[in-house]
Amino acid sequence: MKYKIETTDLNAYFDEAHILKDINLKIPEKTVTSLIGPSGCGKSTFIRTLNRMNDLIDTFKMNGTVTLDDEDIYDSKFDVVELRTRIGMVFQKPNPFPKSIFDNVSYGLTVHGMNDKDRIRERVEESLKAAVLWDEVKDKLDKSAMGLSGGQQQRLCIARTIAVNPEVILMDEPCSALDPISTTKIEDLIHELKKEYTIIIVTHNMQQATRVSKHTAFFLHGEIVERGLTDKLFIEPEDKRTEDYITGRFG
Amino acid sequence: MSSRIESIKKVWRKGLNFRLISPKNTQRIMKGVFWGAGIIAILILLSVVGYILINGLPVVNLEFLLSKPIDAGRGGGIFPMIVSTIYIMLIAVLIATPLSVGAAVYLAEYVSSKSKIVKVMIFGAETLASIPSIVFGLFGLAFFVIFLDFGWSVLSGGLTLALMALPIIMRTSEVSIEAVPRSYREGSLALGATKWQTVYRVVLPAAIPGITTGVILGMASAIAETAAILFTVGAATRIPASVFDPARPLPLHLYILATEGISLENAFGTAAVLVIMVLVITIVTNVMVERYTRKMMGQ
Repeated sequence: MKYKIETTDLNAYFDEAHILKDINLKIPEKTVTSLIGPSGCGKSTFIRTLNRMNDLIDTFKMNGTVTLDDEDIYDSKFDVVELRTRIGMVFQKPNPFPKSIFDNVSYGLTVHGMNDKDRIRERVEESLKAAVLWDEVKDKLDKSAMGLSGGQQQRLCIARTIAVNPEVILMDEPCSALDPISTTKIEDLIHELKKEYTIIIVTHNMQQATRVSKHTAFFLHGEIVERGLTDKLFIEPEDKRTEDYITGRFG
Repeated sequence: MSSRIESIKKVWRKGLNFRLISPKNTQRIMKGVFWGAGIIAILILLSVVGYILINGLPVVNLEFLLSKPIDAGRGGGIFPMIVSTIYIMLIAVLIATPLSVGAAVYLAEYVSSKSKIVKVMIFGAETLASIPSIVFGLFGLAFFVIFLDFGWSVLSGGLTLALMALPIIMRTSEVSIEAVPRSYREGSLALGATKWQTVYRVVLPAAIPGITTGVILGMASAIAETAAILFTVGAATRIPASVFDPARPLPLHLYILATEGISLENAFGTAAVLVIMVLVITIVTNVMVERYTRKMMGQ
């Protein structure tokens, strides 16, 4: 099995608060890995470390290494723009731009310098089809994305992310703001996407973790308590704390 | 157990009855107070504008708008003044807008809001905004008219007004840029866009309604400014041929007509035209901003 992302002794801080403690995690390629754990356990901070989104926060400090295909992404030679092109991200709350549906998907293409109109149109259509949104929006591509429902907005954000053809997609609780039907659609989509992309998904919903992911890591107080195949972790957890969490005794 | 709860409830209910005014009435009274404040504000606006229009409009006709003043403004019209006003306003806006929006982008996007330079710049802008306009006029006279040797001209007047509009546009722009949700920026950066692409293609378009309001506010306060242009623009009643020609914008014409006792009638006519110009600009931009926002937000 090939590993796409590896973190070694990763520690992260916001000011004095020690958010991530010695995280060593290997993310296998072209599979779905779930990160579960109670609120405030550091899982969101962790995935935001992988595309250096935390760099935007002044008080963030980290040490340890994070590699993408064995290259250190925090190395000063590693271009953060290239990193974020290779590692896309879908956020907790759908965040389409206040632009047309078409412009939302083409945005990532044009910021990377693509200006062939036909190719852009083609790529927008492909991405919307891949995100199973095309049939719902093909007649209103020039309408604002803000007019779509929450579930459609989230699929649009996924389409926008796959348009730039990343290698990894990070999903930070992508369904927490959606209704059950939209959630099912996104989960179906994740099953399709894992053939092409390495996916890391943060979720509060343990059924969701079992439905979509092959591997799971359980975070607690900034540490990884247990990791492994999802089936095993949920059926016979090794650690007492994992068992307590997945059986709903806390969190 | 339940009887104890009942007795506690009784005490509570009694306690609540000690209020002097019932919640329902408080609601009604406060609604009335705020409604009254709103109505008074609107009435003041209507009566000022109404008074000027009633006294001014009888003089205003096509001839008044399109002809030159005769005999220092006793007769004729105000066409050169309208042209000068637009001219000066355009110069002020064209100079002040890029400068102040640029400064606002820097403050909102490129430096941490805790840093010293932000505090110094905002303090500077606020002080600038509260300096009396006559002081700006004096500065314009000393710096643009004499030191830079632009003379009494449209350019000197426009630059002086730009200085006055600068802090207004900067503050409103900065506030509206900061009000753009962080999630837009994160969405853009997460796609591998650079900071500048994010600012230029996502943040600024989302902040345009607010920035436009700032520009209009700046423009409206500049167009109405007499003191600042009194010393800088001259008083020529000709149509200025270039930016280096002296001119006489509407507020200045109005001031001269009224203070030198030339024609109070025409002064009111000039005031009416000025008020209508400001109203038209405000209404047109409001409608445009509204339409833009609706398209952007898909409503």
